[in-house]
Amino acid sequence: MTVLVTGASGLLGGAVAALLRAQGTPVRTFQRRPSGVPGAQDELGSLTDPAALARATAGVDAVIHLAAKVSFTGSPADFEAVNVEGTRALLAAAQDAGVPDVVFVSSPSVAADGTSYAGAGAAPAAPERARGDYARTKGLAELIALGESEPGFRVAAIRPHIVWGPGDTQLVERVLARAKAGRLPVLDQGTALVDTTYVDNAAAAIVAALRRIEHVQGRALVVTNGEPRPIGEMIAGICRAGGVRPPRWSVPGAVARTAGSVVERVWRRSGSTHEPPMTRFLAEQLSTAHWYDQRQTRELLAWVPEVSIDEGLARLAAHYRAPGPRF
Amino acid sequence: MVALPGVDPSWSAYLDVPSSAPADNPGTIRTWHYLDNAAALRESGTEVRGTLLCVHGNPTWSYLWRTLLPAGTQAGWRVVAVDQLNMGFSQRTGVFRRLADRVTDLEDFAAAADLRGPLVTVGHDWGGVVSLGFAHRNRSRLAGVVLTNTAVHQDPSRPLPAPLRLALLPPVRRTGTQTTTAFLDITHALARPKLAPEVRDAFRAPYRTVESRKGIADFVADIPRDQSHPSFPALTEIAEGIRTLDVPSLLLWGPHDPVFTETYLEDLTRRLPHADVHRFEDAGHLVQEDADVAGTLFSWLRRRDVAADNTGRAGATSDAGKVSGSADAADRAFTPLETRLTEAAAADGSSLAVAEMDAGRVRRSLSWAGLEADIAAVAAGLTRSGLGAGSRISLMVPPGVDLTVLIYACLRIGAVIVVADAGLGARGLSRAVRGSAPDAVIGIERALAAARIFGWPGRRISVEELDPARRRLLAVDTSLAELRTPAGAPAGLRPPPHPDADAAILFTSGSTGPAKGVVYTHRQLSAMRDAVAETFGIHPGGALVAGFAPFALLGPALGVASVTPDMDVTAPRTLTAAALADAVAAVDATAVFASPAALRNVLATETDLSADGRTALQRVGLLLSAGAPIPAPLLERVQALLPDAALHTPYGMTEALPVTDVDLPSIRKAAKDAAAGLPGAGNGVCVGTAVHGARVAVSPLGPDGSADGEPTTEAGVSGEILVDAPHVKDRYHRLWRTEAESARTAPWHRTGDVGHFDAAGRLWVEGRLGHIITAPGGVLTPVGVEHAIEEVDGVRLAAVVGVGPAGTQAVVGVVETDPPVRRNRPGLAEAGLADGVRAAASAAGTKLAAVLTVPALPVDIRHNSKLDRARIAAWAEQTLSGGRVRSP
Repeated sequence: MTVLVTGASGLLGGAVAALLRAQGTPVRTFQRRPSGVPGAQDELGSLTDPAALARATAGVDAVIHLAAKVSFTGSPADFEAVNVEGTRALLAAAQDAGVPDVVFVSSPSVAADGTSYAGAGAAPAAPERARGDYARTKGLAELIALGESEPGFRVAAIRPHIVWGPGDTQLVERVLARAKAGRLPVLDQGTALVDTTYVDNAAAAIVAALRRIEHVQGRALVVTNGEPRPIGEMIAGICRAGGVRPPRWSVPGAVARTAGSVVERVWRRSGSTHEPPMTRFLAEQLSTAHWYDQRQTRELLAWVPEVSIDEGLARLAAHYRAPGPRF
Repeated sequence: MVALPGVDPSWSAYLDVPSSAPADNPGTIRTWHYLDNAAALRESGTEVRGTLLCVHGNPTWSYLWRTLLPAGTQAGWRVVAVDQLNMGFSQRTGVFRRLADRVTDLEDFAAAADLRGPLVTVGHDWGGVVSLGFAHRNRSRLAGVVLTNTAVHQDPSRPLPAPLRLALLPPVRRTGTQTTTAFLDITHALARPKLAPEVRDAFRAPYRTVESRKGIADFVADIPRDQSHPSFPALTEIAEGIRTLDVPSLLLWGPHDPVFTETYLEDLTRRLPHADVHRFEDAGHLVQEDADVAGTLFSWLRRRDVAADNTGRAGATSDAGKVSGSADAADRAFTPLETRLTEAAAADGSSLAVAEMDAGRVRRSLSWAGLEADIAAVAAGLTRSGLGAGSRISLMVPPGVDLTVLIYACLRIGAVIVVADAGLGARGLSRAVRGSAPDAVIGIERALAAARIFGWPGRRISVEELDPARRRLLAVDTSLAELRTPAGAPAGLRPPPHPDADAAILFTSGSTGPAKGVVYTHRQLSAMRDAVAETFGIHPGGALVAGFAPFALLGPALGVASVTPDMDVTAPRTLTAAALADAVAAVDATAVFASPAALRNVLATETDLSADGRTALQRVGLLLSAGAPIPAPLLERVQALLPDAALHTPYGMTEALPVTDVDLPSIRKAAKDAAAGLPGAGNGVCVGTAVHGARVAVSPLGPDGSADGEPTTEAGVSGEILVDAPHVKDRYHRLWRTEAESARTAPWHRTGDVGHFDAAGRLWVEGRLGHIITAPGGVLTPVGVEHAIEEVDGVRLAAVVGVGPAGTQAVVGVVETDPPVRRNRPGLAEAGLADGVRAAASAAGTKLAAVLTVPALPVDIRHNSKLDRARIAAWAEQTLSGGRVRSP
């Protein structure tokens, strides 16, 4: 059985591909850059290229779709093209190739509306009230993907919440870079309780979804470590692991959310390609609770996270202490 | 009928009914609208036990009863809720219908609708009167009566409630009730909390036009405001007729009702003395909208076995299960509470019985003979002023000689004493007094001022002599001194109260919702005395310092002299070491009753003790401290101060005083056993073993945190603590549902506390059932983890609470640090402390999601020592949901 993993050059995609390889499963990857996963067969290409998708899906037994435009900024059209149309094209290619099973990797943000979530379940995606282009387009794509699910073409959506680990450029590197530059405030003392997911746990849950596809097809499941922590404590833990002094200044969340909106508009108008220092989405993520009920997820996937937050932070610290070049 | 929220359109039905009402010509047919769950019942195949015939009042309609229909379908009861004629969606007859017509109308409807089997009438507001008229005249099939905020009798000596007087003013009546929607609007605005807009619209649906509202105006006009009113005879016949109703009856009441005030509830309970009563403390006139009337009603029908054919349905309450035998089930000989007091007065009349301290000396005291004489005098005075068996008398008097005399005088005449702690605060106290509906309030001036301000019911008797102006202002009609003054012939000998008659209503601390009145009979109070006497070896002849109210009042009953120390007994923290020593010295006390908060302050003021004071304390042989657990280190310090005292910290609650007892050596042994890994030892506070006459078990917890398991004493099994003893309360006052739940596992009283036994048979208390945390990993009680956290350096006090939805809660530690965090800086614990607290909790088996620090953890007002975990949990939940951090 061969599995196609899209987006394997990213942290989570790479972990999924590596886990499958470690289990002895043949893996093909699909993205624009080499995956760097030992033993995987890389197929390079873009989600917007139907011919490349046809090549990638030919002869595989399952697809795990992680490739997406993940960013706090960018033009709505870019998000639309990659996340919505790219997913639609991939699904079509998989159907044409007769691939029976697809795991769509999504995000809890597809069902979030900027308010607090405490012990929440996985509500259906609601792109119309999503916060930002990423969440909106991922939500649309999830609805499309789950809408295609049927006994002969089983689709499940897995929504890992805030994935982190050694080598993570999305969260860890950003936190460290900003903290180092003294540009990382804590919002409202950082008391918002937030679930996160250590990368190996997220990868294992995604692979479990493929294994348990008959139980989870047509569903969306949120995946986390099941250890919510105050966001301030989590960020401080990451800073300490990275050898950076944790942020000490606190900004009211309401101020940051407003500032984020303004910054977003200014940034977009200036045409800058750098990350803005604060966005409304980021401010909301950092100042409201986001943690989830994991009971059904664990039961349906027959999976439990193996790496605790504390163990994950220890591995992160080891990663930064290790000699040699960093990427 | 159009679709309305909460109503299945298939319930709606119309029926043509031949009328025999006096107002109608013979042969008239009237069209009724009603809601009926018959079809749903047929579909479900449930066996039908009987029919509830529900009658709305003015200006509502059958919509009021909508929640009863699905509940009835589930419980096997047909529910028929009518719209009275001229009301709801029933016919507008064009004929003014008086009370007598309406009762006949209902009979006509019941006959035409072919209601079969046993019938239970259910009524609200003026519909309650109509339903009672039906019940009174149709007894052969009547299986029960349920009433919600209604009235059948207006005391001619009292004014009508003001809102009603207003509505009856001719210019207001037509305009307010028919021409405009004012009466509808006002009624709907009485809901607590506010009605949802769509529900309010549904209530208005049949009353959109002026013509459709004529029935509302007529209903108001038919209220018999005095004896000349045409409906007065019909009302009187009903009001008197129901005195002979003997079917099970239930009164469900919302006390926040400006029209059907508690005066009317009181009147109904006197006409239907066997009725079960449940007051929904926060509900108002539309009690169906404000409280769970349906759930309570069907639970009552089931428990009271209403309309049962009595085959195989009996025994609704299960037996004791695995724990067999009943505590002291043998013949319980009854010795009245005052027996040792009268014996002491006869045998040893001149020695000291009660005393009060003031600034180092005895301010006031009575010998046994003097106490007996004073009780007799006050009892005679109470009788003269018309109080007697069954009168409820609220005592608002601080502990001391007067309170002691009043308590024993009231009990002697068979009156029921109502005691609520000033620690409840003005609002809590006021709710408690109103709920107990006293016939008289006897109080100090401050209490009488509160009675005046809050409009408490009952006549007022002052403890102090007040000048005439104050007397008038406070509406005081007599004083304790006047009660004591013999006037005319001495009162004749009355039979002593029946042992099983009500003797006292004691209010709980209200740390879990509104304070509840707990009713004790004379037999149960005597049993409480015996439990204390036997468990602690307190026998006639000794002397005790009464620094803790509930037990302290037992002094005369125990035949023991008692002295009230110089302190504000409502604020236990005010007892100083010197005041305690003075009290001990004054009466050569051998025993001390004090609360944990009082003991803390005694230790804090220890350095002010004189050498004589220290010596006096060394003579104390017994210390009893109840109300909240005491940490062992604190007890060790108390022991140093009272070297010869056996230190006992009994566990109990207002509903059962005491339940278990433990002394310091046993606490030390329990701690050692816990460290050595004795099964079940640890995770909580060791409270020892059952007191004399009591037995204790636990009802194990299920995975959802509910306690439904078979009672057991198996080591290490956590569950709700159950107690069975002759001194357990008789019932809760006018809280039928609460009582039914607490007594659902006969003969046990369910305490609402969670605990477990260890292999040595000792009980360990883990916390309140309501404080259980349902984490994904399982059910968790906070106390054991809190104790583990309190061992961490820098932690003074810890609370462990759950946040988030039941079943998947995140566990949070909230700690008070030493030194405390700055008052304006509650929030996340600093990293080192958080790590330490997490590690300690983890070692105790619990993973914490967050560690928060606060300047001071909130504790309840009464004991100054019980953590207010509900408030802490709410604060933690808010803090951890993000946003600005506020103070807890």
